[in-house]
Amino acid sequence: MNAPSQTLRKPFKANWLARLGWVGLAVYTLYALSALDITWTRFLTGLDNGAQFLDEMIPPSFMRWKLLLANLLETVEIAVISSAFGIALSLPIGLMSARNLMPAWATWPARALICVCRSFHPVIFAILFVKAVGFGPMAGILTLVFASIGFIGKLFAEAIEEISLKPVEACKAAGAPFMSVLIYAVLPQVLNRFIGFATYQFDANMRNSTMVGIVGAGGIGGTLFAAFQRFDYDFLCTILLSIIALIMISEYLAVRIKVVFND
Amino acid sequence: MVNNQSNGNGGQAPRSLTINNLVKEYVSGKPVLKGISFEVTGRTTVGIIGPSGTGKSTLLRCINRLIEPSSGSIVVSGQEITSLSGRDLRLARHFIGMVFQEFNLVERLSVIENVLCGRLGFTPVWRAWLRKYPQQDIDQAFELIRKVGLEDFATVRADELSGGQRQRVGIARAVMQNPHIIMADEPTSSLDPKTSVEIMELLNDFSRDQNIPVLINIHDVDLAKRFTDRIIGMSDGRIIFDGPPDGLTDEHMKQIYGGEGWLT
Repeated sequence: MNAPSQTLRKPFKANWLARLGWVGLAVYTLYALSALDITWTRFLTGLDNGAQFLDEMIPPSFMRWKLLLANLLETVEIAVISSAFGIALSLPIGLMSARNLMPAWATWPARALICVCRSFHPVIFAILFVKAVGFGPMAGILTLVFASIGFIGKLFAEAIEEISLKPVEACKAAGAPFMSVLIYAVLPQVLNRFIGFATYQFDANMRNSTMVGIVGAGGIGGTLFAAFQRFDYDFLCTILLSIIALIMISEYLAVRIKVVFND
Repeated sequence: MVNNQSNGNGGQAPRSLTINNLVKEYVSGKPVLKGISFEVTGRTTVGIIGPSGTGKSTLLRCINRLIEPSSGSIVVSGQEITSLSGRDLRLARHFIGMVFQEFNLVERLSVIENVLCGRLGFTPVWRAWLRKYPQQDIDQAFELIRKVGLEDFATVRADELSGGQRQRVGIARAVMQNPHIIMADEPTSSLDPKTSVEIMELLNDFSRDQNIPVLINIHDVDLAKRFTDRIIGMSDGRIIFDGPPDGLTDEHMKQIYGGEGWLT
């Protein structure tokens, strides 16, 4: 037994830099709270306000259900159209930016395009497109098409970069043209994941299409915003409930679609 | 270029491979292949042996230009391969079947789809995509699947097969190309001894049936001696031995692999 040397050896090294970081984070959070004057009393008065707001929302009003239905349909249309075009466009763009299959002259522009699509939040895109093409669903569709390209284009490129190149080598060795190599050796390896990304994006597009209307790009968001401004809180409640129902349905659909394609 | 005969060469000039002074250097000044020359014609199985890292895989991949050779000439059935590019190179690759150590199947496709991959070079993209292969190709694929002993597995997905079964699919895919030569890169290294023998027999059978040269990179020297007509021994990027298996002596083995303590 060699007791003294045992005590000297420490198996786990203390990371002082990390500890300092944690302390710093805690201190800053407390400072920020005080800087923004967020106190317990302020929270309690807020709760009061909230209770009154809730009170005015209930019971929900279904008086203008025709308007609501028309808006919901427009929202669904925006989501479906933008998903279809967004997904169709991000296939080739994602493929172009896969660095294991494509030369640098193809991946750079494709990656730059995806990067631009990802850099703006949908709200910013929506404002830009409302300015560019005017109020209405057209602006909403363009917004969500760009959002889709940014999201699934990137994920799809990453999925392709993770494939096994062995079947690719085999198909090339058999003299297969490039497109056939893609269809036989690449697509089967990524199809499942691509379906997953696409259904997720459809779900996200449904959610976002309820929002783009707030800046005038079509869908139920416009009516929602108007109801706010006119203190129509009972109608507002109906809109919120219907959005929840819509999102639940689309989530259920997304799950079903994935089940069909998963094997 | 159309190749319609599905079996043998029907009295044409024998299928052949001629390699002359082939050099490959990945880093300039440090060649991996230092001037390889040999010729194979007609029904022959050639076992290529040599220590790991001596350029056996590089040699095979230079022949179908998956790796670009640095200099030298490669002629398959009279056609110079090294000067081809683009579509011509693809068409030339049709006639060079390749079998891989790790099978390189598309795991998520069925056995018959994998075998039909051997036809991709001859098939327009839209037909390949819609699986609208000519009936003749489909018949040949089923026939090959039967020949390699997988008739009950034609529509089974490749990832459900065992290693030996997968390599059979790999061989069927190569033969599906109606190739002028077949190259196999360590086709038995991932397989158990019994399956290895079966795979070697299968490669021999196809060499005989199709009347074509089959080149096999192989680590197992005994297996090579047992199943090939000719052995090429490589060491340090050169051919040290080229001759019938009987001619391969311990002296050659020392030259190829170095040392002698391991020889029993």
